[in-house]
Amino acid sequence: MTSESTNSDLDDLDDLADLNLLYTDVEDSLRESVHDLLTARCTPERVVAAYDGDRELQLGLWRSLSVDLGLAGLLVPQDRGGAGATAREAAVVLEELGRFVAPVPFLTSAVVATTALLQGDDDETLGQLAAGGCTAALVVPFSASATSFRPTVRADNGKLQGRVTSVVGALDADVLLVPVSTDAGVELHRVDANTVEASGTGVDVEPVVSLDMTRQLADIDFIGARSRQVTVAESGDAAVRGALELGAALLASEQLGVAQWCLDHTVSYLLDRKQFGRPVGGFQAIKHRLADLYVMVESAHAAARYAAATAADDDPDRRLAASVAQAYCSEVAVKAAEECVQLHGGIGMTWEHPAHLYLKRAKADQIAFGTAGAHRLRLGELVGLPVVPA
Amino acid sequence: MSKAELVRDDLVPDELVRDDLRSRVKALLAATDPATTDRLDFLQARFDAGLAWVHFPPGLGGLGLPRAFQSYVDQLLETGGAPDNDPRRIGIGLGMAAPTILAFGTDEQKQRFLKPLWTGEEVWCQLFSEPGAGSDLAAVSTRAVRDGDSWVVNGQKVWTSAAHKARFAILLVRTDPNVSKHAGLSYFVCDMTDAGVDVRPLRQLTGEAEFNEVFLTDVRIPDSYRLGEEGQGWKVATATLMNERVAIGGAAAPREGGMIGVVAKTWRDRPELRTAELHDRLMTLWVEAEVARLTGQRLRQKLALGQPGPEGSAMKLTFARLAQQLSGLEVELLGEDGLRYSDWTMVRPDIVEFTGRDAGYRYLRAKGNSIEGGTSEILRNIVAERVLGLPAEPRTDKDIAWKDLPK
Repeated sequence: MTSESTNSDLDDLDDLADLNLLYTDVEDSLRESVHDLLTARCTPERVVAAYDGDRELQLGLWRSLSVDLGLAGLLVPQDRGGAGATAREAAVVLEELGRFVAPVPFLTSAVVATTALLQGDDDETLGQLAAGGCTAALVVPFSASATSFRPTVRADNGKLQGRVTSVVGALDADVLLVPVSTDAGVELHRVDANTVEASGTGVDVEPVVSLDMTRQLADIDFIGARSRQVTVAESGDAAVRGALELGAALLASEQLGVAQWCLDHTVSYLLDRKQFGRPVGGFQAIKHRLADLYVMVESAHAAARYAAATAADDDPDRRLAASVAQAYCSEVAVKAAEECVQLHGGIGMTWEHPAHLYLKRAKADQIAFGTAGAHRLRLGELVGLPVVPA
Repeated sequence: MSKAELVRDDLVPDELVRDDLRSRVKALLAATDPATTDRLDFLQARFDAGLAWVHFPPGLGGLGLPRAFQSYVDQLLETGGAPDNDPRRIGIGLGMAAPTILAFGTDEQKQRFLKPLWTGEEVWCQLFSEPGAGSDLAAVSTRAVRDGDSWVVNGQKVWTSAAHKARFAILLVRTDPNVSKHAGLSYFVCDMTDAGVDVRPLRQLTGEAEFNEVFLTDVRIPDSYRLGEEGQGWKVATATLMNERVAIGGAAAPREGGMIGVVAKTWRDRPELRTAELHDRLMTLWVEAEVARLTGQRLRQKLALGQPGPEGSAMKLTFARLAQQLSGLEVELLGEDGLRYSDWTMVRPDIVEFTGRDAGYRYLRAKGNSIEGGTSEILRNIVAERVLGLPAEPRTDKDIAWKDLPK
């Protein structure tokens, strides 16, 4: 090889920079405002009230986050009435919401339902959501993933018929976004929840006693409900799957927030708690478990940031990144919450201590948008490691 | 918000620096065409051009840039057809001796040692561990006694890779037994050609001998070969070990690089071996390997301007566990073939590849990953104490003179 040809080759080597897996200044300041608001308003004593049926915190807190901080419109482009931010910023918000097990519909409305709507042309609804005065829910089971999703509602003479169980974010939603199975494909329909409730016909939204009452489920029956189509059949299926995939990608950041809280609080408790005349955190059996947990949480950080960064850039790696993040972070959040309960000892088993809020959130999140095992199966297909001979 | 706004922090390589590096590489390749230049001459020219390790200072093979730019330079040179310095052959010199010499060496030491170290003319090894000082490295008992302008060293070192090929060693010895064990250590460069250095192979459970025992008998070392102050050896050695952990667990790798790539290839090549149970274990480890790769990438972004800290210990913990679990899985995956082993003959390998040879070898060699360079148990202590701030282990050996410790 001559030096001439060598030098011309060098100019072809351009973008070798890795995606940024840390936080930008913009992201740091966004985190700070969310953190400050939650510190003041979203205390464990108020969060736990959800288990006794008190939903007061959810409504007021969401108003502050969505309207005052403008978080509802984060993912909506500026020319469609939103803030024009990306999945990176939404992920930072979710880390904080996870850290406080905040009972607000940011993930369900501002991420999942909004992403589904972005594929259609209903800019009126989108504008209402972005402004924060209105909340939407995508009517699918919380366990549905981009690969497993199947619509169970159909349109019969223009009226919706069918049942969808275990829907999150629907109890307080103003708008239900319903994937509707038609001969042409999957259409996305808008149902006005407030009107329906008032008239008492067409839709039955039944609250479900849920493992995680900070994100309560509802079973929804459509019995001849009126609706308005917001995407055509050609794009509805992709809209739903795209929304579920972003949900999976960004849920990882919520799981990271849950895990980080559990690690931080367990370490600080064990520095303080003394038995046998020593801080419990000084015993090697405990130190090694916490070191292992730290390694997992740091790793979850990388997985969650990569999923957010690839989603923000619409990187070709985004599907893989979302499944890697779910397969990893969902397990880490559960592990962190379980260690948090165990290493707190007796106090960790009480209703009074907030550890159980994180355990219930983490365990429910493990099933959301597909289990870790389902994501591993999908990854096997994505990376050419199939389970059965090809 | 555009991508440009999101990546404007200084962790992403600055385009101007990259332009400058590109023109420096072009100038080097133009002045010293690798196609017509002797390999060693080219490597020396690369060193003199500051393109050896860009995070080193100018005049010592670098340009004083963040270390993140090095991979860019490496890729440019590789694309340009340039030879490299065969870094796997001289890993201890590059990963451990060089950063330590840079941090603690005198100007004369840096000028003398760094260039032939980087080009590979002089191979380095590490004389740290002893039969009685493994995890408790500060317990080393190899003695150095001052004699005029030099030191006379006697003792035994172990687990020394490349000792039989090395020109120099970094050496940790006890210079003062009358003070506490951490305070009585000093750190030297040892000439491995000294007549008092006896290197014997140490056969390991894989059958081969990549390490050595090194017996030091009246080895004479000039005081000008001391790194750091007398009695400062522990501080210098700690800096070396931090670099070692980064070297073992922290190298940049592509997706499916390392052990996962080997197992994935077997999975793809041998469909008849597949079962659902093995598949879920494979994919669990695939995910963990990919997350470890991203974690390393994130750690390097954090460290782009800094030095390795205790976070490197976390990477090494993960690396060791995954190497062991993956290599173990592969032996099971192979079924009947997993019962066979390539060769138990005692050989001295030139280059040790954790992912080399056969599955049985990889499984056995990986057992060393959680022992060498700090056991996983010691690394967990480091993470717990230095990252999480948990209390240190109770110590009974800290405030008494080394000579009075129970041995």
